[in-house]
Amino acid sequence: MKYPVRRAIRAVLLLFGVSVLCFLFTEMAPGSFFDEMRLNPQISPETISALRARYGLDQPLLVRYGRWLMAVAHGDLGFSIAYNAPVAPLLWSRALNTLLLAATAMLLTWVIGIPLGVWSAAYRGRWFDRAVETCNSLLISIPEIVIALGLLALAVRSRAVPVGGIMSLGHEELSTLGKVQDFLRHLMLPTAILVLAGVAIVVRHVRSSIVEVLDTPFVRAGRGLGIGQARLLFRHVLPVAASPAISLFGFSIASLLSGSLLVEVATGWPGLGPLLLEATLARDLYLVIGGIVFSALFLVVGNFIADLLLLASDPRIRTGGVDAE
Amino acid sequence: MRNKGRIRFLVLFMAGLHAVVLFAGFFAPYDAKDQDRDLPYAPPTRLHFKGASGLHLRPFAYAATADADGYREDRTQEYSLRFFVKGSSYSVLGIFQSDRHLFGVDSPARIMLLGADAFGRDEFSRLLFGGQISLAAGLLATLVTLATAAVIGTISGFYGGWIDESLMGVSELFLSLPWLYFLMGVRAFLPLHVSPVGTFLLLIGVIGLIGWARPARLVRGAVLSARTRNYVSAARGFGGSDLHILTRHILPETFGVLLTQAALLIPLYVAAEATLSFFGLGVSEPVPSWGNMLAALQHYSVLVSYGWLLAPAAALVVTSVIYGMLADALQPRGS
Repeated sequence: MKYPVRRAIRAVLLLFGVSVLCFLFTEMAPGSFFDEMRLNPQISPETISALRARYGLDQPLLVRYGRWLMAVAHGDLGFSIAYNAPVAPLLWSRALNTLLLAATAMLLTWVIGIPLGVWSAAYRGRWFDRAVETCNSLLISIPEIVIALGLLALAVRSRAVPVGGIMSLGHEELSTLGKVQDFLRHLMLPTAILVLAGVAIVVRHVRSSIVEVLDTPFVRAGRGLGIGQARLLFRHVLPVAASPAISLFGFSIASLLSGSLLVEVATGWPGLGPLLLEATLARDLYLVIGGIVFSALFLVVGNFIADLLLLASDPRIRTGGVDAE
Repeated sequence: MRNKGRIRFLVLFMAGLHAVVLFAGFFAPYDAKDQDRDLPYAPPTRLHFKGASGLHLRPFAYAATADADGYREDRTQEYSLRFFVKGSSYSVLGIFQSDRHLFGVDSPARIMLLGADAFGRDEFSRLLFGGQISLAAGLLATLVTLATAAVIGTISGFYGGWIDESLMGVSELFLSLPWLYFLMGVRAFLPLHVSPVGTFLLLIGVIGLIGWARPARLVRGAVLSARTRNYVSAARGFGGSDLHILTRHILPETFGVLLTQAALLIPLYVAAEATLSFFGLGVSEPVPSWGNMLAALQHYSVLVSYGWLLAPAAALVVTSVIYGMLADALQPRGS
């Protein structure tokens, strides 16, 4: 079978598996959204069972899953009990905010990470490389939650950037340009946290794959031909060494929706994360399931894109010699 | 080897840290739940050597009193630092009871090395007791993960065929899960209000069971390469049973992988527990954990005004950095 087809089938199977897991876990859950209503003497047990029936919670697991699957096939992710609204539009509006934040952060991470990785590979063992490596080790081992809290404390204290939310109080009165500026200023802090938390991995990946290529004969030949350092590194070495980085890039795309959960909650960014956290605390089942499946969809699609990118960039995969693991 | 000395140093350092946390009752001057409602957000107690009566060898503290501008030291009476003092009773591992603490000062003064939280509880004591929860969660969850990974990886690698294929398919499913979301989702489906012990065990189970896929794949790789060795064929030729070959020849080969994975996973899981508790999904008040202590900082005013409450974050950093260095030292450097 053709490589992309095989990968696509695998992706669909994965999504299927995620949804099955979600439903299995809901079945194991002892509590439900209506548990607290039961404590209220003004609500009769009949009302509660009627409500349960209305949301289909009285049906056995298989029936519920079948119904849900049918609904998803029609683009309907179910109904949020707490918001009293369909899940899909709720998720979409929040997902857009998350995507804006995560995409900006990802772009910056790669724009900073690639040159740093290439240069530290080129200056292997010298002070520049060692300084970068020290920073990397530190950044990789510091938990994201600590980075988030640290930057938050700095930002709140210095008042250099606005903290919390996506827009200022008087946002409506601003001009269009002012609105964009206001938005960008709010974007700065969560982006900075995400970049700090993610850039070290990119630098490491790029550095190690470049180092491997630098030892090959064709690079020495290029040097011998008198090709300049910068041109040699970015024009000749980088494309050859790109495969592991492209895998990682795919992973970045894949975690666009789910990677910024913590930062969103900590900085009050109105993305998917806080929505899902609230839904979790309120036991709003279909919203939680919808959110997880939605972000899993992104993961799967991201991995698929990474596979295609690899296929396009690395002829070794096209000929079937190497599996893109 | 230089590496060996380094590993030994890191392990010793780590063991020391864990011992301090394990014997938190002894090293902490107060109980984690001891409140002093007169001293909310009291700043760290300062130790002095120079007082009204001249220079002292033994440091002393002043009692803190609150007035309109905040806290100030009541300089009328000096309370010297004393060792092995009697205080609140505690138990170590639930086995033996004691009421001796490493250090303390006479009341009404309180010694709060890292200040106090909103309820006037000693942040230093809570940091040590909270470490018990956070580190235990990290260690036990890692144990759960590695046990699962070892079993699945070994079965998968040793038997191969359709067993291998289906197990690795499931592992790919787990690898592609958005794990923090999933962690939250799973937590959502479990009861929200259970006893602290129940929550703790739930956390360990949930965190531990989600991460098995990557180590399982690595174990499988190690098993695959061990399976083709000549001594395994020889053992088989002598009529060794599957179980014998697995336990005697193949499992020891996976030990290195598991060790490195442990050093990588423990800080990850300690941070995972902290993150979940930060969200309010973990161990709940009044039982301290590094995560729920940090949850107080979700209010920006607290974050800015009472910087000493960031102590659990510093503890997280120390734990992660040391374990990270350990993982680095354990990993055979390819290039």
